[in-house]
This record gives sequence, C-alpha cells and structure tokens, in this order.
Amino acid sequence: MAQFQIKVGLASCGFAAGAGEVYTAIEKLLAEQPSIPAKLTQAGCIGLCFQEPLVELSGEGMETITYGKMTAENITPFILAYAEGKPLNENKVLASASEGTENKNFQSQTRIVLRNCGVIDPESIDASIAQHGYEALKKVLTTMTPLQVIDEVQQSGIRGRGGAGFPTGLKWKFAHDAKGDKKYIICNADEGDPGAFMDKSILEGDPHSVVEGMIIGAYAIGADEGYVYCRAEYPLAIKRLIKAIAQAEEKGYLGENIMDTGFRFELHIKEGAGAFVCGEETALMASIEGKRGMPNIRPPFPAQSGLWGKPTNINNVETWANIPWIINNGSAAYAAYGTEKAKGTKAFALAGKIRNSGVIEVPMGMSLRDVIYKVGGGMKTEKPFKAVQMGGPSGGCIPESLIDTVVDYDSINKTGAIMGSGGMVVMDTGTCMVDIAKFFLNFTQNESCGKCTFCRVGTKRMLEILTRITQGKGKMEDLDTLMLLAENIHKTSLCGLGQTAPNPVLTTLKYFRDEYVAHIVDKRCPAGACEALIRYEIDPEKCVGCTACARKCPVKCISGTVKQPHVIDQEACIKCGACYQTCKFDAIRKG
Amino acid sequence: MQTQELDQIIAKYHNKKGSLIPLMQEAQRLEGFLSRETMQYLADHTGVAVADIYGVATFYSMFRLRPQGKHTIRVCKGTACHVSGANALIKGLRDYLKLESDQDTSEDGIFTVMEVACLGCCSLAPVIMIDDATYGTLNADLLPAILEKYTF
Repeated sequence: MAQFQIKVGLASCGFAAGAGEVYTAIEKLLAEQPSIPAKLTQAGCIGLCFQEPLVELSGEGMETITYGKMTAENITPFILAYAEGKPLNENKVLASASEGTENKNFQSQTRIVLRNCGVIDPESIDASIAQHGYEALKKVLTTMTPLQVIDEVQQSGIRGRGGAGFPTGLKWKFAHDAKGDKKYIICNADEGDPGAFMDKSILEGDPHSVVEGMIIGAYAIGADEGYVYCRAEYPLAIKRLIKAIAQAEEKGYLGENIMDTGFRFELHIKEGAGAFVCGEETALMASIEGKRGMPNIRPPFPAQSGLWGKPTNINNVETWANIPWIINNGSAAYAAYGTEKAKGTKAFALAGKIRNSGVIEVPMGMSLRDVIYKVGGGMKTEKPFKAVQMGGPSGGCIPESLIDTVVDYDSINKTGAIMGSGGMVVMDTGTCMVDIAKFFLNFTQNESCGKCTFCRVGTKRMLEILTRITQGKGKMEDLDTLMLLAENIHKTSLCGLGQTAPNPVLTTLKYFRDEYVAHIVDKRCPAGACEALIRYEIDPEKCVGCTACARKCPVKCISGTVKQPHVIDQEACIKCGACYQTCKFDAIRKG
Repeated sequence: MQTQELDQIIAKYHNKKGSLIPLMQEAQRLEGFLSRETMQYLADHTGVAVADIYGVATFYSMFRLRPQGKHTIRVCKGTACHVSGANALIKGLRDYLKLESDQDTSEDGIFTVMEVACLGCCSLAPVIMIDDATYGTLNADLLPAILEKYTF
C-alpha cells in the first residue's frame, strides 16, 4: 500500500454538517489499523458547502478524489478501498482523472483569492509557505519601494471588494501621501450582510494570505500597526486568525525588523460586539476606539484622519487576500481577468434556493445566468427562478428578465442593486418580494445607529407600511409614501447604511410592483408566503374524509364526518398550515 | 459581583487605548451578563463615566443586561434562513421552550434564545447555534432531540 493523505474540510460549515465527527472517526480508524499508510490533516472550506462533510484522498501516483456527504458511519469503506488502490465511485464530488459530480462547477471558476481555501491546513504556516505564502512579502520588502508596491496594485485594477468598489491602489496612495508620524492599517472583517460568508470562508481557510496582504499594505503606506476587526459571530475565524498572527510573529514576519529589513509592524485582533453599522469604516474605527459604533462625517477621510486621528487605510478581507497573489503573479496577470472597468475575480456566496450553495469565485464580467446555472447548478426546488438578491440590506432584487446582466460594479448598479460584498441569495416563485423588502427594512431599522433622523425614524415608518401591506391592510397611497420616504432617507443619511437602506424596497417596487398591488387591492399574496393573506381550503373532490387534518388542527376549526369531505372554518383558522402538511391526498389548497 | 476578578480584568486593560469594549466583554463572561452593579463598579474603577459604559452596553447586541440561561441559542435570521423557513423555526423553538413574547430565557434557566443577523452558514439554512455548536437544515420537528442533549 502506498502512502496517501486524507484531508477533512473543517470550516464552520463543515463542522455544522458533522465534519468534526468524521475527523474523529478517521483518527480512530487510523489508530486501530496502523497498517493503513495515511496521514490525516484538516483544511478550510473548498466552497462546496452543500456537499459537506467533504473528505479528500490523494497520494503519489493515485487519483485525487473528494468525497461528499461523508459521515462517521460511512467513511471507513472509502478509506479502505482507497488504501487498496480501488477507490469507490459513490459520493465522488471532485476527481482529478475521472468523473466527479462537481467537476464542471469547479472548472468554471477562477480561484485566485480562494486559491488555498480547502487546499491547505489553515492552522499551519508551513502549509501556507509551501503554497508560496509570504514570498510576496519577501519580494516587496527586499526589492520594491512603497511607491512601486502601490503602483503594482494600481496597475492590477483591483477595486475594494467590500462592496463600494473604490480603487484599492488609489486608496493606498492617499494614505501613503498623508502626512503623519503614525499610520494604521485595518482589515474590515465585520462581514455583516445577511447571506454573505465569503470573508468567513477566507479567514477560516487561508488566514495567512490576509495577514500577508496586510503587512504588504502596511509597508506600502508606511504603517507600523494594524487591526483586524472581526465580527464575534465568527469564533472559528477569530481562533484561526489568532493562530496565524502568532505563527507569523514566530517566523519573524510580524514584529520588529521583519525579514532583517528594519521594517516593523504589529497586528492586533479586535472582536466586534454585534453591530452591523460597524462595517462602515468610520463607525468601525469608533468601535476600535472603544466607543459606540457611530459613523462620522467624511471628509476628513480615514486616509487623512482615521483611527485616533491618524492616517488610516481600511480594506476588507477579500481585498487583502488578493494582494499577495497580485505581487507574486504581477498586475498584468490579475488585470487579464475581468472587464474593462472591473478587473480580476470576485468571490460570491451562493445561498437560498440554489442547488450548489457555497462559496465560489468567478472572473468579473460573467453573467448572472452563468453564475447561477453553470457554477451554481441552477435551482434547488422545482419552482422556477424569480430573483436574485445582491448586496444584502443595501442591495436589491434582480428579476429574471435581467438575468443576463454581467457581474461588475457598474452593470449591477444599473439594475438598482449593488455588487456589495458578494452575497447572492437566489429566490424562487415561492418567495414573496414584499416580504423580502419587509425583511430587509426590519434589518436596517434594527441596525440603524440612530444618529440621523431619517434613517432612524424613516426606516421605522417604511417598515410599518410594509408590515401593513403584508397583512392585507395596505392602501395604494402607501406606495407613494414609500417612494417619498425612500428618497428622503437616501438624501439625508450620513453613512452607507441609511443611504442604501431603501434599495430593497425600491428594486422590488420597480420590478415586482404587481405583487404589491396584489397585496393591497386583491388582499392576496401571489407567492403564498404572507401568513395573514393565506387561505387554506379543502377540495371536496379530493377529500376522502380521513379526518387526519381535523385531528392535527390545533384550534379544532376543521369539521366533517368520517369519509365525508371536511370544511375549514375560515374565521377560526390561524393559518398554521398543519392541515396542509398532514393531508396525504393533496386535498388542501393553499392560496 | 466578583470584584476580585473584575479588578484583575481592569488591571489587564489599564492604560491601554481603545480597551473599553474588550474590557466589558471579559467582564460579561464572568456572569454571562452586565449587571447594573458591575457597570457601576467598572465606571468607579476605570474613570469612564457610567453613562458611557451603559451607552456601549446598549449599542452592541452582544452585551446582555439581564441574567442569561445556561446555554445560548442563536437563531439565524439571515436572508437565506428567512427564505428557508426561519420564522417557523423560531416560532417552534419559542413554543417548545414555552417563552412568552417578552421573555427570552426559559423558566428553568437553561436556555436563552437570541435572534442574530447572520451566522454565515447560509448553505445549511435554516441554522441555529447552541453555544459554539452549529445545527443546520432544521425544522421545528427536529428541535426537541437537539435541545434534549443540553437539558442535563
């Protein structure tokens, strides 16, 4: 038997699916059968979250195979068969020489920022170094001036991956040119958009590329201290970052006299305390300073006066993780991907009613259709595609008619949504667009810091109106009031949270106005999602009188005699749907 | 109030800039929440106004002002969970724990339910997190078996 490696994907999605138990089971198997010549390691998330837990087997002269949906119970035969050189064909997700169910999905991606995610052990700096980790840092410190680094980043055309899309090189230039004896670098890891988890995947899968990117950035702008501001909801990401920083310090990549060049830089972690608005850069800095995370007026921009009044440069996780690749491979190689105005690649988190939910990376300029159907595998449910939500609470819903829109900042902006940090939540015809607008308004209303009146009060008024509409109590004038409020909130809010808060309402009103009208005029929810507007009715033709529904009904509002069609008392019905789920004869209609 | 432990935490962050939030986070870990007395104690011994401490405590969702259950259940209310039935899950959970509308800790003091923005496990929606363990692709019927594990 030839020596081989076993790699278990241990990111938080893997753990949630049971990868921890799989890892323990393999450990036990190898301890019990020492004749199996295998080495067990962990990796981050390769992005195929819907197939978790994932186990990759590889060895010299053997095919590399990733198996999906492994459990502590089913893993043993896969390992034994592989050890004997006769790998099993079941559950084969990725395979280097044969057919794996997700081979195509994977081949249609371009993985730069996710290059090491799911490939290396994120808790080992040596694993990172074996994949060219910290080579870019060495190149920068020993052969390039700060301005040359900034120029290289500018040439690559990379724009801020946090959502706003500001050119990264230009941002660095401003911070470099700012006068000051003390400067700071910050990594924004406060990934708060619901439905976005790319940054988490990077931090859990390849924290060293973020650390390396930040050291390079610090050298370029002349900072000697930096912070990673990470949301507290990501405990595993924080744990791996702490480990990565300690390892980098040990190797002499952080601290005094880095790589014997005289350059010094120290990096700290700040754990967030749960406030979405802290993703906004001025609010984030207030939070690091220990204050309530409230945004400040810009200018002055952080590049002039940021953290503790010193010149500061903030980029998000994905931007930082791209930097080492750009330095190693050259700006031209990066700029070869993408469109004229949006270079390189972008990581997206696919979620919702899509088959392949997980994290993917594609070149800028790919159409939404290809992202959803080619890489994402299309719909998970039998219901057809209705819309894709991009940009979280600041973004909007892009309808089916615009599915050929390409992903780059300008094209997505034209639809009324925004690129955002990269969350894509796919919705089918069972999703109510008024309900989605209400969902996001509820979110922004909760998360508004309260500083600006229109954001604080206006979002509350919008939410009240939307709630009324979903309860069938809306009026047609409400739609005009919504538009008016939206316009005023946009105009009078200080930060991005307020300025973009109306977007989910504006895009749904633009593309799905008929749904609003159906709620208001017909008192009907076409998607069948708004509870107050649902009616359950029994089809007398199909009802066999089995009494199952009547027995299940919590308020006993279904009446009828055995073997006779039953009837629901609409006045008493609480619309819980228990009868609908219980009926085996498809006799209960929901509408 | 554990004054000795609080003193140690205060000493650890003495004269460190921007340390109010981590200091409060550590203080909270002692009892699981920040009592009025604890906040007053922190104010008296750090020189930060109690209004500032209270301001920070009420601004961030991680700070709790009421006693917490032994285990914290975080129910994800992210977009993906929302379209995959998070509301029904929350209702099922609250019904199971017999929580009144203004209540978030169960009578027996074992569970506290928190609704959180997004846990970032969207591919497993709907998701809950009990302490540090994540449970995915749930529905209300699956909850009793999971919660039972924590009851003892």
